[in-house]
Amino acid sequence: MASGSVIDPIHQFQIIKIVDLGKPGGIELAFTNSAAFMFGIVALVFFFLTFATRGRTLVPGRLQSLAEISYEFVASTVRSTAGNEGMKFFPLVFSLFIFVLVANFVGMVPYAFTVTSHIIVTAALALVVIGTVIIYGFARHGTHFLHLFVPSGVPAFLLPFMVVIEVISFLSRPISLSLRLFANMLAGHIAMKVFAGFIVMMTATGVAGWFGAVLPLAMVIALTALEFLVAALQAYVFAVLTCIYLNDALHPGH
Amino acid sequence: MPETQGPAGIIVIAQAETPAAPGTLPAVSGVEIAVPPAEAHGGGFPPFDAHTFPSQLIWLAIAFGALYLLMSRVALPRIANILEERHDRVADDLEEAAKLKAESEAAAQAYEQALGSARNKAHGIATETRDKLAAESDAGRKSLEAELAAKLAAAEAQIASTKNAAMANVRGIAVDTASAIVDTLIGAAPAAKSVEEAVDTAIKG
Repeated sequence: MASGSVIDPIHQFQIIKIVDLGKPGGIELAFTNSAAFMFGIVALVFFFLTFATRGRTLVPGRLQSLAEISYEFVASTVRSTAGNEGMKFFPLVFSLFIFVLVANFVGMVPYAFTVTSHIIVTAALALVVIGTVIIYGFARHGTHFLHLFVPSGVPAFLLPFMVVIEVISFLSRPISLSLRLFANMLAGHIAMKVFAGFIVMMTATGVAGWFGAVLPLAMVIALTALEFLVAALQAYVFAVLTCIYLNDALHPGH
Repeated sequence: MPETQGPAGIIVIAQAETPAAPGTLPAVSGVEIAVPPAEAHGGGFPPFDAHTFPSQLIWLAIAFGALYLLMSRVALPRIANILEERHDRVADDLEEAAKLKAESEAAAQAYEQALGSARNKAHGIATETRDKLAAESDAGRKSLEAELAAKLAAAEAQIASTKNAAMANVRGIAVDTASAIVDTLIGAAPAAKSVEEAVDTAIKG
């Protein structure tokens, strides 16, 4: 399976144990490449933001501009979807956005591990969002939070159906939130690997293959551009949906 | 594990997941992906390998928690400070600019006023000077005219006196001439008195 390891598009998602921590309580624990990349992302984000703002200059340089733009971009997203009240969740939304964004972009580096291509990671992030919505919603509004599931202005005979639909839509939120990000990153990376594998295989067949490889090469280039777009877009979508769900916690009445 | 490889090295096609990995979901079916050899991945599709979940969750919780703390305590307040400072500074500068603008407008107005009053003053001085000069030249002209009129009158008087004197001389000459003519004609000098009467009559007549 020598050529198999070259064109194996799943290999990039493999979790590799760096430090095996044994099985405390029957649970397999290890410090893995995934964990290393998570900490790398956190360090990258933190050091970038502090390094970029080290001068605290009135007229920002390039790096400081970038830091300020990311701040203001997320802040305006939060304000426009959840209002000024939503700004109390700004650190959470910013952390989610920047984590997903940097994880997606780091994943675009060849040989790098894409943290967001693992559904357990995206699901955990989605549960953080929904958990925040539920906990804050009940803490702030008590049982009034349940009005979220009771749309107003609906005829009485339709109300039970509407409540069922609202509950299902609420429960499907964390699923769609996590699956969207996971599936986008997974499918994109697999597609890139598959077409890159075609190039390797075609060039291996000889001179004719070199010319034939132009087509998958163009495809890989196009996919790379698309994946950069998807990386940024999915981070934005995640942040916007987080804001929309948090807005429900702030204003449960329809 | 179903696995085929074409003679030209066409990519491996997988249709279904191995049943040997319970609890894991099938790989995205219908998509061209190579199913890895079991020994390479410990069986199954890595993102659905539940063995790795606890580790990933724990490290994610630690990493994301750390990120949240670092962002909310350090990085975001720092950026917020910078933005606020700039906002304040810009507001201050705008205020300062508005103040300076008002000041400059006031100065411009004062300048306009000073210019206007200076212009009025200059106009007044010009008018005054012109009037004064006109009066002076008027006075000069009048005195000159009076002088000339006096001279003219004096000249006229002299002419009249000269004329009278001349006329008186004419009578004397006429009397003398008439006496001489009569003397010559008749050989005897007439009486002076009668000649004078005759001449006076002739002059008057």
